[in-house]
Amino acid sequence: MKIPTNFLHNKGNIAPMIALAIALIALPFALALVGTAWVRITNFAVLFVLLSLGLNIVVGFAGLLDLGYIAFFAVGAYTYGLLASPHLGVHLPFWIILPIGALVACIAGAVLGAPTLKLRGDYLAIVTLGFGEIVRIFMNNMAAPINITNGPKGIAQIDSFQIGPIDFGKVDTLGGLIVSGPIKYYYFLMLALMVVVIINGRLKDSRIGRAWVAIREDEVAAKATGINTRNIKLLAFAMGASFGGLSGGMFAAIQGFVSPESFILNESIMVLAMVVMGGMGNIWGVIAGAVLLSFVPEILRYTVEPVQMAIFGKMWIDPEVLRMLIFGLALVLTMRFRPAGIWPESRHRREMTAAAK
Amino acid sequence: MNKPESSPLLDALNLEVHYGGIAAVKGVSFSVMQGEMVCLLGANGAGKTSTLKALARMINSTGEIRYAGEKINELPSHVLINKGLALVPEGRGIFARLTIAENLTMGAYHRQDKAEIAADVERIFTMLPRLKERENQVAGTLSGGEQQMLAIGRALMGRPKLLLLDEPSMGLAPIMVAKVFEVIQSVAAQGVTIFLVEQNALLALKVCSRGYVMESGKITISDTAPNLLADARVRAAYLGE
Repeated sequence: MKIPTNFLHNKGNIAPMIALAIALIALPFALALVGTAWVRITNFAVLFVLLSLGLNIVVGFAGLLDLGYIAFFAVGAYTYGLLASPHLGVHLPFWIILPIGALVACIAGAVLGAPTLKLRGDYLAIVTLGFGEIVRIFMNNMAAPINITNGPKGIAQIDSFQIGPIDFGKVDTLGGLIVSGPIKYYYFLMLALMVVVIINGRLKDSRIGRAWVAIREDEVAAKATGINTRNIKLLAFAMGASFGGLSGGMFAAIQGFVSPESFILNESIMVLAMVVMGGMGNIWGVIAGAVLLSFVPEILRYTVEPVQMAIFGKMWIDPEVLRMLIFGLALVLTMRFRPAGIWPESRHRREMTAAAK
Repeated sequence: MNKPESSPLLDALNLEVHYGGIAAVKGVSFSVMQGEMVCLLGANGAGKTSTLKALARMINSTGEIRYAGEKINELPSHVLINKGLALVPEGRGIFARLTIAENLTMGAYHRQDKAEIAADVERIFTMLPRLKERENQVAGTLSGGEQQMLAIGRALMGRPKLLLLDEPSMGLAPIMVAKVFEVIQSVAAQGVTIFLVEQNALLALKVCSRGYVMESGKITISDTAPNLLADARVRAAYLGE
């Protein structure tokens, strides 16, 4: 795989970049030909990429195992839902709410981070797992005595994005081209993705990034070299959470509906699997992991049934069961044969090859 | 060996460390003079590492710690390196997945003077040629002794005045221990004050000018190194006689 990994600094070879850009711009229209559902699936994949990049800061860069990351996604989604729906009768524009959602999630991240500063590994995982569940249960129960979150029924009729005359919830035609809502969101998501990737890349190479790596490797030694481990760890939690909150806001707008069901533990594990399977610490690996793990189950959803019918003439195994079975097997095999992930960070790869010798 | 000056660089007064209800260090007092090389001896669980961690502010303690005339009890650990107090933690604590060169530059994390940092890396490579050969290797692939040397080198990148060393001989083959101690002595010869925690009493007393013996959280003997080497109690307890 010799795709330029130094994308952000690569000035020489620009042709593959342009080709990739054109492909990404044309993608939603090509997908729309197959079905708008695929544009939606792609949008969710991009959302998961954003989430994975956020979690990668916490898990990949700083080495803090977080099993409740989806809580920040939930916080962002509910912030958006509450500030742009008939539920509270507030209708703020998205460019105000998205930053608010990121900020609220950022604070939530610091709140989770503060009491867990002395914990590592398994212990930290348990506490973050608890935190994730608390947030979800909160959303589930904050319907009485004052109805804030509308409980398990969730918040519906959430406003879509609106930029001037362009409503992301409606279909437009542009010179004969049908531009559906999901296609508009696709472009917005890609824009957000570009910003997040650039921020991530910068962070990784910064002083803060080096401090995160040091903490991941050995916290006592990191302290001894003069790193303020407390603040730097809090920063990892807060930054990771902000990206989660940002994605959550976009999720709420795209869905038009949020309920606690969307933020179960399974989702946290899924995002973590994307980070680990893609290649912890490597931005491009994490993106690859998120794209794969988002698409593979969907592709299987559409292929398992016809393939079975073609081979056996009837359904032997329930497609939903088989789909998850194949997916699980793929995960196991990947981790068996590429333990550092599909596209690992050079450091992890170095370690893994050293261990193999 | 440098002549000790009269002012103490490090002064501990009634230092106590508690883990929950258990007292690990029960009111110890000691001092290290500028340019001196002093060791703290004792068996497993005597409280040596706890004492050292307290000095480096890795754990909380009561009593008083004075470094270069300043009370440092309340300071966070990460500012101490700016003041010239560096710790080489027990079990080496290198960054296993970073290269040797990266490990060394990480030791200069608090410094901004890029050119000087590069010069210091070269200086340490001259002192530790074995590391220079493996400059771009991952530190985790080094042998135990080399890792210990790297840990010392990394601490030196902070340009310390006082180096706290926690059991540099731990888990090393005798030949490697000798080499590590050569490095420590050459660091001392450059004028760095050294406070050394060791179980290997014989070796420590050979390189240090003074020593303290710690037993169940208390300092029981304090003397010059030659006297400690001759002391019947020390010989019986730590030199296997």
